[in-house]
Parts: sequence; structure tokens; C-alpha cells
Amino acid sequence: MLTDRSKKTDKSDLSVVEKTYLPGVFKGMAITLKHFFMPKPTIRYPEQKRYLGPVFRGHHILKRDDQGRERCTACGLCAVACPAEAISMVAAERVKGEEHLYREEKYAAAYEINMLRCIFCGLCEEACPKQAIYLRHDKFVPVFTDRHDVIYGKDVLVEDMNNRYNRDAWTKEDMAKLWEKQNA
Amino acid sequence: MDAPQLIKVTIDGREVHVPPGTTILEAARQIGPEVAPPAMCYYKPLKGSGGKCRACLVKVTQGSEKDPRPMPKLVASCITGAQDGMVVENYTNPEVVNARNGVVEFLLINHPLDCPVCDQAGECHLQDFAYENGLATTRYEEERRTFDREDIGDKIQLHMNRCILCYRCVYTANQITDRRVHGVMYRGDHSEISTYIHQAIDNDFSGNVIDVCPVGALTDKTYRFKSRVWFSKPVDAHRDCDKCCGKVNLWYKGDEVIRVTARKNQWGEVEDFICNTCRFDKKQTADWVIEGPTKVSRASVISANKYGKNVIKKTGFGLEYAAHHYKPIDDTRPYDKNLKEIKQSEDYKALMEKNEAFFSKK
Repeated sequence: MLTDRSKKTDKSDLSVVEKTYLPGVFKGMAITLKHFFMPKPTIRYPEQKRYLGPVFRGHHILKRDDQGRERCTACGLCAVACPAEAISMVAAERVKGEEHLYREEKYAAAYEINMLRCIFCGLCEEACPKQAIYLRHDKFVPVFTDRHDVIYGKDVLVEDMNNRYNRDAWTKEDMAKLWEKQNA
Repeated sequence: MDAPQLIKVTIDGREVHVPPGTTILEAARQIGPEVAPPAMCYYKPLKGSGGKCRACLVKVTQGSEKDPRPMPKLVASCITGAQDGMVVENYTNPEVVNARNGVVEFLLINHPLDCPVCDQAGECHLQDFAYENGLATTRYEEERRTFDREDIGDKIQLHMNRCILCYRCVYTANQITDRRVHGVMYRGDHSEISTYIHQAIDNDFSGNVIDVCPVGALTDKTYRFKSRVWFSKPVDAHRDCDKCCGKVNLWYKGDEVIRVTARKNQWGEVEDFICNTCRFDKKQTADWVIEGPTKVSRASVISANKYGKNVIKKTGFGLEYAAHHYKPIDDTRPYDKNLKEIKQSEDYKALMEKNEAFFSKK
């Protein structure tokens, strides 16, 4: 015997009651009935969504700061870090009167992510020195049916100030706290 | 006349024979990049440059053959002449490495951390220097000095915030004109690079102050925010120019020439200055004869995703790094005893306790 889990099969003849198969049938029905009342592991996916944790990497977002100014300065570090070369950008200089729109003197006039190329590795998020780009933990990139829908520009990526993105844990320390709370 | 007597200098244990009057830095450069001290202000083609930034400090452990006493302090290798029989320690001396870390901190005191915005990022000497020798964080909490950016002429922009006062541009300006039009005003902490009352440097070679600037203090206005250095692809090109040598690097983004710079050598120095016509006005591929892609060091960010493997000359970056950070292994522990003896030794017990403490934590 290789393991202690194997069981000897009972090969004796069935009794009269067992020969009717009724006890077996009821036993099976009882199990079915039990599962009927048990909590269900499946969810109704598109309507219902599961919490994927604060570190899930989904839809990209270009964050704004507290005053609603774009954080991105088009430094290009995300693009150079991107292993799939999905990111491209065009920088522009902030002019007078735009101080409420952009945080630094340089900003991304165009910022595009090719979602056909993106592999959701999160290296752009890691490379960003301005905490501008993040991968949302609460939103998937939707299915597309047209190639024109695939290149995401600033209209899709920049954060909406009325519906700001917030993560349960931004830092390692936050994450540890969250972990403790969940395990408590 | 006799052939000039060569003098022997030993730098980091490697000997080199140089003519008298050579500086330690130049001697080290003759050996190679693995022993050459970094230089932020010294610029070989500019007479009188050097001695400002203290990045090239080295330890002289033996003054010369005749007077073998060591020099009491670290010396700036770019302005100290080599002597016969001199022994110099650069990367092998922890005191030098330590001092250099201090120099980085000093240079970064007033330097803004706006690398994401700065056009020089990626080819900035201060970035390289700080990356190799500095801390990842800053201890400086006070206010940094700030200035408004200033235009010197219509093509050059001065960001005084970023200036580290290396004086290279001043020497360049002195070299290209006979009048003094560009210099450093005020003293000490208040020093700032300036032209005489916002006057343009009115010279055909004024654009070279952009190339000599080790940081992003003087930048090309026509290139401002056009691209990042690592997204553009440098190629060697030349044209017949009646003012300068016409040998340049063209920086391509796609099919468009976004910038023209003079060619830099291994030490980041321009040997042949180029004129403003070449630099600012000739931005068509048709103006130039392309020679081929510029050789970029594999470790440089400029070579990221640019060329095939066969074009990039591989440097032994890993080996160099290992050599700089080499620590001798402690080999004093006896290893030929039998197991029983070893298990009874204090050394072994201490190790076991350490292990236990470490693993019980997990």
C-alpha cells in the first residue's frame, strides 16, 4: 500500500432492503436537498461582481490631485517601462491660466494606451514618479467589438472628479492593515 | 630635442605612463572608464574648467617617487598634476567613495527633483552621478532656491533652478567671443549664471552652451518638451558647413529630426563645436548625409528598445558593478576540522542560535 487513504471495498452480497435500492436513492436525495439550502458559490456575474482585492490590476486611470489638476507630466517613464510598448504620449507646455488644470509645467496633451497590447502587468504604475497612472482594482476593461474602441485616450483614462477612484490600500502598510482586518 | 620623459602613475593598482603636466584625471581616463573619476565641471576642450564640483576627488597615497608621503586631504583629480611614481586610489578607497556620496548630496541641495519635466533627463550627468554615488532619499529639508526661467536669445532657455554652477557655459562663452557676455553674478549661495541684462549671446556658436551643460539648466528651446531622450533615436550625420565641422548627432522621432547636437565622446565631451545654423536651422533629413546609428552604451537608457543586439556594443556592466562593489570574503573560519569539533565550537553555536531566532520568527 502506498498510502493510508485506500479503503477496502465491501464486496459482500446486498441485503434484501439494499436490493430495493431505496436507501441509496434517499441518501442521494438527502444530499441534493442539503445542497439546495447551502450558500451558493456562484454569482450572477455581469450584474453581481466579486471583490477582487485592492491589488487587482484592471482598467487604467490617470489620477488627478486634490485640486483636480492632472498629475501626469508626460515624463515617459511608463512608456519606457512598458514591456508591451502599449503606451504613447505627446507632451505640451502649460501656458498661463492653465494652472488649475495641470500640476506641473509640462503635461500630457495626448496619452494613449493600446489595450490590444496591454498585458496588465502594472509596471507603468510602478514606474510612475508622479503617482499619476494606476490600474483600477474595481473595474475591468470592457470587451470591445471594434478596433477603434481599443486605443484609450485621455477621454477614457483621466479620472472623473465627481466619481473619484479610491483604493482600499494605497501603500504596503495600508495593505498590511487591511490584511489584518480581513483575517481578524 | 629629447623625446618627452614619461612619468609613471598608478591608479587603483593600474599603471599608466603619461607625459609630465598631465592631470590625474586625464591619466585615469587613459586607463579606461573603470578607474576614471566622474567629472561634473571639468571639460577637456574648455581651458580653465575644473576644480568646481569636487566630484572627481581622489586619494593620493604616495605623492611621488622622491617624496612618498601621502597627500593629507583628498584632491580634485581634474586640476592636480600627476607626479612621477604617484599612487592614486579612486574607487578602491572607501574614503573617496564616501566623500563622493557627500558631494552628490551637496550638488543636489539646490537642484530641483523635476527630472520628469526636465528635457535633459536620460542624458544628464548629474543623474548618472547621483545614481551611481548617491542615496535614494534626500536629507535636505530646507527651502530650495528658485528662479524664474529665462530666455537667452530665442533658442536657448536658462533654468537657473537646475544649475550646479560648474562654469562650463561661462568658459564656452569666453572661448567663442572676445567680449565677456555671459558669466556668474553674485557670490556664494547667491551665485547665478547670467548674461548681461538678459542680452542674447550673439554668436554663431552660442548653442554649444546647451551641449556643455551637464544638467538641464541650459536647454534647447526648439526641443523643449518635444520628446524624451530615450524615445528619440540618435544617428551620426554630417554636412558641409562653412562655419563649423558639420559633424553632428541627429535625434529622430519617427522620420522627424527633433534635435541636432554635437557629437560627444566617451566622457560626454564635445570635441568639435557646431554652429547655430547646423543646430537650430537644419532639421530636415535632406540637409544631412547620414552615416549610421550612433553607438550608445548598452547600459544607457537611450538604447532602450532601439537597436538590434548586433548594433549594441555590450559593456561588461555587471562585471564593472561587481568590481566596484567587491568585498573580500572572510575566509578565516577553519573548515578542515571534523564535524564534532565544529559542532562544539562557539562559532557554530552562535550561528545555530541566529538561525533559530530567524526561523522561529516565521
